[in-house]
Amino acid sequence: MSPLFLLLVTGLILALALLAPPLGGYLGRTLDGEPLPLDRVLLPLERALFRILGVGPGDRMDWKGYLGALLAFNALGFAFLLALLRLQGHLPLNPMGFKGMAWPLAFNTAASFVTNTDWQAYAGEAALGPLAQALGLTVQNFLSAATGLAVMAAVARGIRRRKATSLGSFWVDLVRVTLRVLLPLSLLFALFLVSQGVVQTWVPALHAAWVAPPPPGAPAEQLIPLGPAASQLAIKMLGTNGGGFFGANAMHPFENPTALANLAQILAILLLPAACCFAFGRMVRDRRQGWAIFGAMALLLLLPTLLAGWAEARTPAALRAPAVVQVQGSLEGKEARVGVEASTLWSTATTAASNGAVNAQHDAMAPLSGLAQMVLMQIGEVAFGGVGSGLYGMLVFVVVAVFVSGLMVGRTPEYLGKKVEAFEMKMAALVVLVPSALILGGAAATLLHPDAGRWISAPGPHGFTQVLYAWTSAAANNGSAFNGLTADVPFLDWGLGLAMLAGRFAPVAAVLAMAGSLAAKKRTPPGPGTLPTHSPFFAGLLVAVVLLVGALTFLPALAVGPLAEHLAPLGKVIP
Amino acid sequence: MTGSAPAPLLRGPVLRRALLDALRKLDPRHLLRNPVMFVVWVCSAFTTLLWIHSLGGHGEARPGFIFQIALWLWSTLYFANAAEALAEGRGKAQADALRASRRQVTAKRLKGPGSRAWTPADSATLQVGDLVLVEAGDTIPLDGEVAEGIASVNEAAVTGESAPVIRESGGDRSAVTGGTEVLSDWIVVRVTHRPGDSFLDRMIAMVEGAQRRKTPNEIALDILLAALTLVFLLAVATLLPFSRHAAASAGAGSPIRLTVLVALLVCLIPTTIGGLLSAIGIAGMDRMIRANVIATSGRAVEAAGDVDVLLLDKTGTITLGNREAVAFLPAPGVEALALAEAAQLASLPDETPEGRSVVVLAKEAHGLRERGLQELDVRFVPFTAQTRMSGVDLGDRAIRKGATDSVAAWIEAQGGIFPPEVRAAAEAVAREGGTPLVVAEGPRALGVIHLKDIVKGGIRERFAELRRMGIKTVMVTGDNPLTAAAIAAEAGVDDFLAQATPERKLRLIRDYQAGGRLVAMTGDGTNDAPALAQADVAVAMNTGTQAAKEAGNMVDLDSNPTKLIEIVRIGKQMLMTRGALTTFSIANDVAKYFAILPAAFVLTYPQLRSLDIMRLHSPESAVLAAVIFNALVIVALIPLALRGVAFRTLPARDLLARNLLVYGLGGLVVPFAGIKALDLAVTWLRLV
Repeated sequence: MSPLFLLLVTGLILALALLAPPLGGYLGRTLDGEPLPLDRVLLPLERALFRILGVGPGDRMDWKGYLGALLAFNALGFAFLLALLRLQGHLPLNPMGFKGMAWPLAFNTAASFVTNTDWQAYAGEAALGPLAQALGLTVQNFLSAATGLAVMAAVARGIRRRKATSLGSFWVDLVRVTLRVLLPLSLLFALFLVSQGVVQTWVPALHAAWVAPPPPGAPAEQLIPLGPAASQLAIKMLGTNGGGFFGANAMHPFENPTALANLAQILAILLLPAACCFAFGRMVRDRRQGWAIFGAMALLLLLPTLLAGWAEARTPAALRAPAVVQVQGSLEGKEARVGVEASTLWSTATTAASNGAVNAQHDAMAPLSGLAQMVLMQIGEVAFGGVGSGLYGMLVFVVVAVFVSGLMVGRTPEYLGKKVEAFEMKMAALVVLVPSALILGGAAATLLHPDAGRWISAPGPHGFTQVLYAWTSAAANNGSAFNGLTADVPFLDWGLGLAMLAGRFAPVAAVLAMAGSLAAKKRTPPGPGTLPTHSPFFAGLLVAVVLLVGALTFLPALAVGPLAEHLAPLGKVIP
Repeated sequence: MTGSAPAPLLRGPVLRRALLDALRKLDPRHLLRNPVMFVVWVCSAFTTLLWIHSLGGHGEARPGFIFQIALWLWSTLYFANAAEALAEGRGKAQADALRASRRQVTAKRLKGPGSRAWTPADSATLQVGDLVLVEAGDTIPLDGEVAEGIASVNEAAVTGESAPVIRESGGDRSAVTGGTEVLSDWIVVRVTHRPGDSFLDRMIAMVEGAQRRKTPNEIALDILLAALTLVFLLAVATLLPFSRHAAASAGAGSPIRLTVLVALLVCLIPTTIGGLLSAIGIAGMDRMIRANVIATSGRAVEAAGDVDVLLLDKTGTITLGNREAVAFLPAPGVEALALAEAAQLASLPDETPEGRSVVVLAKEAHGLRERGLQELDVRFVPFTAQTRMSGVDLGDRAIRKGATDSVAAWIEAQGGIFPPEVRAAAEAVAREGGTPLVVAEGPRALGVIHLKDIVKGGIRERFAELRRMGIKTVMVTGDNPLTAAAIAAEAGVDDFLAQATPERKLRLIRDYQAGGRLVAMTGDGTNDAPALAQADVAVAMNTGTQAAKEAGNMVDLDSNPTKLIEIVRIGKQMLMTRGALTTFSIANDVAKYFAILPAAFVLTYPQLRSLDIMRLHSPESAVLAAVIFNALVIVALIPLALRGVAFRTLPARDLLARNLLVYGLGGLVVPFAGIKALDLAVTWLRLV
């Protein structure tokens, strides 16, 4: 591991610890409906939106109402996006004249963007015009992130309120986080990206002469696609979406033009998910809880990151020959201008948060880096995770940790004064089980498919990893791609699309049901018999529970994938 | 609570019966209640089929290997059943003893209230409300209340205590239990419970575990275990297509064998806790029974572990039931000796412990010898609720002792004046936590006897212990606030309720509950019933009234109010045992993965051999050792499940750290050593 890598990692954690608390405080105030800066400008706008929607800040929804509104809203968004993608050929603002997407791909893409996954089985610049990109994808980038934050707010209210039924209003939460948090933050970040050279234009493409002699058979001119990229990229990074404007994602110089832009985007990936910890702490009126969760998440990010950093820096034993010198670590599949360290850190940050934007080919990284990336997703996207969803996912593990440790101190387990009982356990089990079942079941189904051999581009463990990674990325709503797997085939389009939907909305429903049950309970004041959940000790226990559940579920699969590849003598893996 | 559980359990007939019962429990219908063990049953049956298939010579592995795996899988199941049967065994033996005392008797049914005429009636035909006469030597036919009379009753059948107890009509000692025997005198009992619904019946049902329903925490834990089982089912089932792909793609080896897959599944699912879960619950109830506490449900036992607030009656719990005279405080102008003499005289016929202590003090402090009552012409004036005084009339001398206000009123009624100094002295005594008794002879106040509550030895430390556990103690007393405060300070309770009435007690409980606390209390009187019904854990004294026993969710057969502390301990211990074994069971899985995964893929991916950090002999020995370990660990943990993990009064955090270290880290490390040892043994015995 190079000193530069350690410096980058330390810098990232410090920057998060510095920036996330104030942002989290602001987010918490937004969700609690408290006065905010910019109220003079935005409050009238907010009130007007409320009037149009026919809602008000005092509205109350029980968990079923909240879930119903959320599902209805997302179903509407899904249908709208699906129509937009299918009918693209007949709609304006399509200067390149792209046709509508086929049913399987349109379904896959709509599911992907509604669920905050942003898995892309297409290349943006070769399939979608500005209308679909801006009105379809970018809008969903905002709304899927807002949906995650709304669920987190509902859960925090469920924990804070006593003997209550209301979890707040989904519509109010949606409007407020979009208007007060996501839009202003994205605006600032988009301006920054433009200043770094990210394109933002309605000009569809540039015609340019070749700099070097063109390859044989190439057209006389180069066509360089452009578009309103910066506005989409800001929310792509901040909202843990990750869907690139260009197919090459952040490897493309127009998406990731400078070193500063690269570092800022790594920070942007993790910023809002980290801020959620502090928003939660503020909303349950116990900031220490926010720090404990932040600490646990940071440690969960750190361990796989260090593993990947080590794996990328070392020269594999089989390559240790006098003729091979890897001075900078493994550069294969990485942008030379980004370098090994920043690519490695990005790869774990983007899988830890359910972002999925990539600035290197994960497929080409060391097997243990792939393992680190998959583990970060397989533990349920709780190492900061998605915007809002990382936090409520972590709360599910808190419930499990509190349950086991509560039993061990001889008390009915409780979290923040709320008793954890059979119903909570049932919902927690659902949240853990559904993505695991989707990942393992999906991978197994793919391997059993007669055509699987044609979709997988590598033999042995590496080919298996391609399949496992795809299902992991979809079910965990991450969206990053391992590459190598042919993803745009009907079986995978439909299958992964369904996995994304189930991996998103089953946990959302379970978590909201849990919030409703917690809200109805009374709150036990803490005493010496209560297990404190804000201590570093508990944070450590939480990390252990997350890792243990993940390891027990996925160790066999990881053993026949990246572990077998890592341990193999090189000559035997690639015949 | 005395003794440790396993020693008497693992003896003779109880053990034999348990081992036989365990065989009977292999019936899959019995296992449906327990998803983890049901999966083990399916796996055992499946492996047995694989073995039968392999006998034809086309099996996927050597028949001997499959047979051994099948055998150990069945053993896993059998050991879990044995644990449950052992836990039940003790209860069954006790239930048999109880049943023997529940024989049908011929009762003497009275024709009606006030009537002495009776007709013989079979106890099974009696109705609620019937009156029956029970005379010396008769067995009380059913549960009821004494309507008339007083008798000494041998309740050994229920309490195991052979000393007879007094049962009389009215008051707090009116409840009688069917199956107990009247030793002397007679009573008329009003039947309050139908045959088959009596206290003894409920007790039998309880100790037998027939009515054992799963407690809330047990249900939640069951869900967690079922979820884990599903996770492992997923992980193991998908391993088959994964390994097929691996073998096909590598062009080497063969897919994982079904026997190994099934073995892996059984090793991974939480069989340790799943197998011992019901034994832990039954053993918890059994510990209660051995503490002579009958809980109406496992839920109540579990709630005891969650208690935040203990309401304790002062008398009998915090202080010795009896107060003791510690000083004579003469009125101005009265000699101490005169006061002592008058006090002694007034107390001579008074057989209450307080009265005796006055006589003892007079002897010790002033050398006054106890005089025989015969030699004096004494007429005893007993204490009544109206006069609130007692004393003697000795010729024309009238000596009285009693509460300040009553004696003052008596003096003033005779034209005397109650000196303010005496009143001040009485108040000073009260302030110190004592009870003042004013002594007067005729219209003249002689002084004050200082009666002191004697706080039980060691009780202060027990309360400190409870405080460390996070339990708040509240003393409940009828005393005035001054006295109450002084005793509360001396005993070290956290709070007190003075001048307690049933209504104030009830309100106090409700207030605590509204604040999210769980309240436990003890009580015996009928007036305690509303508070008992409101409390989360309510322990009724066996000597108490039927109403109190009905309202509580536990009955303490020893009628010992301090038992509450024991009950809390048992409740916590039961939860802790479940938590500890769950952690242990899950932590075990790590080692099992390291043993079985390299073995399973030895042909396809030989490089996974480097995960085999235990350096096991061969793939077959590794799998067999893991399966044997998984079965034997249940046997090894049966004593712990029955006895419960050691309980310590530590703050939650320290307790957790300790248990995590022992059962979490221990659970991680122990199987590595265990599997390695078994691998060596299996190899040495040439089992593979």
